[in-house]
Amino acid sequence: MMSTATAITTMPNAALFTFNIFADLQGMWQYAFMRHAFEAGTVVAVVAGIIGYFIVVRQSSFAAHALSHIGFAGAAGAVLLGLNPIVGLLVFTGGGGIAIASLGRRAANRDVQIGTVLAFMLGLGVLFISLYSGYATEAYSLLFGEILGISAGDVWVTLIAGAVLLAAVAAVYRPLLFTSLDEDVAEAKGVPVFALGLVFMLLVAVATSIAVQVVGVLLIFALMVTPAAVAQRLVRRPAQGIALSVAIALAATWIGLFLSFYLSYPVSFFITTITFAVYVAVRFIQA
Amino acid sequence: MHVIEANNLEGGYASHAIWRGANFSVGQGEFVAVLGSNGSGKTTLFRMLLGLAQPLGGSISVFGAAPRRGNPRIGYVPQRHPIDAETGIEALQLVWLGAEGNRWGIGTGGRAATEEAMAALRTVGAEDLAHRRLGMLSGGELQRVFLAEALVGKPDLLLLDEPLANLDMRRESDLVRLINDVVRARKVTVLLIAHNINPLLPVLDRVIYVANGRVATGAPAEVLTSASLTALYGAPIEVLKDSRGRIAIVGIDDTPHHDHGEDHAEGGHGHAHTDHAGHHHDEHGHCYHDHA
Repeated sequence: MMSTATAITTMPNAALFTFNIFADLQGMWQYAFMRHAFEAGTVVAVVAGIIGYFIVVRQSSFAAHALSHIGFAGAAGAVLLGLNPIVGLLVFTGGGGIAIASLGRRAANRDVQIGTVLAFMLGLGVLFISLYSGYATEAYSLLFGEILGISAGDVWVTLIAGAVLLAAVAAVYRPLLFTSLDEDVAEAKGVPVFALGLVFMLLVAVATSIAVQVVGVLLIFALMVTPAAVAQRLVRRPAQGIALSVAIALAATWIGLFLSFYLSYPVSFFITTITFAVYVAVRFIQA
Repeated sequence: MHVIEANNLEGGYASHAIWRGANFSVGQGEFVAVLGSNGSGKTTLFRMLLGLAQPLGGSISVFGAAPRRGNPRIGYVPQRHPIDAETGIEALQLVWLGAEGNRWGIGTGGRAATEEAMAALRTVGAEDLAHRRLGMLSGGELQRVFLAEALVGKPDLLLLDEPLANLDMRRESDLVRLINDVVRARKVTVLLIAHNINPLLPVLDRVIYVANGRVATGAPAEVLTSASLTALYGAPIEVLKDSRGRIAIVGIDDTPHHDHGEDHAEGGHGHAHTDHAGHHHDEHGHCYHDHA
């Protein structure tokens, strides 16, 4: 997972772009860190695209956003204790997810309460980071992502987490969609809406934890919400919406990594810019 | 056998009873209005029938057994739906979920499931809405889609929680006529929560009136009388009837002295205000708004 020593958010040396796309891809993939970035980025984009679709349909994007900030405190705490940040991320986002789900669906949309906790958690994260000597780089990589520092082991962790997430979503697909769209009817039909809410927030917690590597806690919206929001505007069937959401997240991640390799600006900047541009373009066309 | 049977039923939250002493039965194919002011416990009755809330006292049975969650013989349209202008999913998908949403695993609506959902939309005359986005539908269109979602499993009992709220008067009477046509054709029993009784009067078999912690039931002509409602509210109530049979329920005493004064004020004066605010019914009982 994220290196606790140095954060590499941009390329060490800008590579030369040749305008021969195959040669350029080959040139990029000869570096192990770029291969790892693509592998982990692909898993994260698929997971974010799928989970994000449900977040948007459930109108829970602020709760998901808050989870990533809660995760920041956990990650910073883990760094302080000399642990892998992913451990802190999973513990804090998992705990936060259970807490938000326990409030119930309608309560989970209480922006003021969630926002208050979010700010406190971000503050707590700042304290932990300041107590750790590597303050600036560590804070930067947690907040804005550090996909270029991913190791082969991190890729495996990401892949396994992603596979578990997809299996879980497949298992609860129909009832989750039902509760997301019409909770009261789903409950009357015997769907365990509270338990599903809990499961869903845990899925968001795991998805957030692995997505932080790519875009960081502050930019999680770009991968988890924006592609799904675009998809919901363009297609009317959930299966197609999920596919489109994944496609947008994948395209943004792949193009972002490619551009970052040759232009030497942060990957997360390109990813957020691409998803933002797609969102604005779709809104503009539909206006 | 009765579809619903309540004996000395008591409803409310935790240990706090909202109403008690309810005795009524509903037969197959009956169209029943559940009336009463906000907070009087009408939705609580629905939640009991759905197995989502337990009686605080007495007993209630649905199709001869204790209510249970997920009863496929019950179709339900709740008052609230988390659907807003941003909801981009098409209506057909929601109706499909009404049939298959309680099954685990992936399913994207095969041909049979899609045809079943389409048939439900056809039943309510909403076939043309199938591929429209839910967020783009009007209040009346949404109510038809919700009705299709409730009907898709071919239920024997429909529970409709304020389906007429937020509809203009023409759509209100159109929806009542549609519900009536569907339930008469299928011999489905309907309980419908409403605030305005007038659009329902032509089709009703029975009224369940919840007020003042008590429940009165019977034919509309029995329950909706000055004497009956005065006894129910425990305060003077007058039921006024105009030449076309429309009614208005008004409180006579401005400072009623009973346990639920607020209920009385809302229920009584609310009805009077609403029902004399320009409804006109033709000889078929259809309701039109008076723009004069």
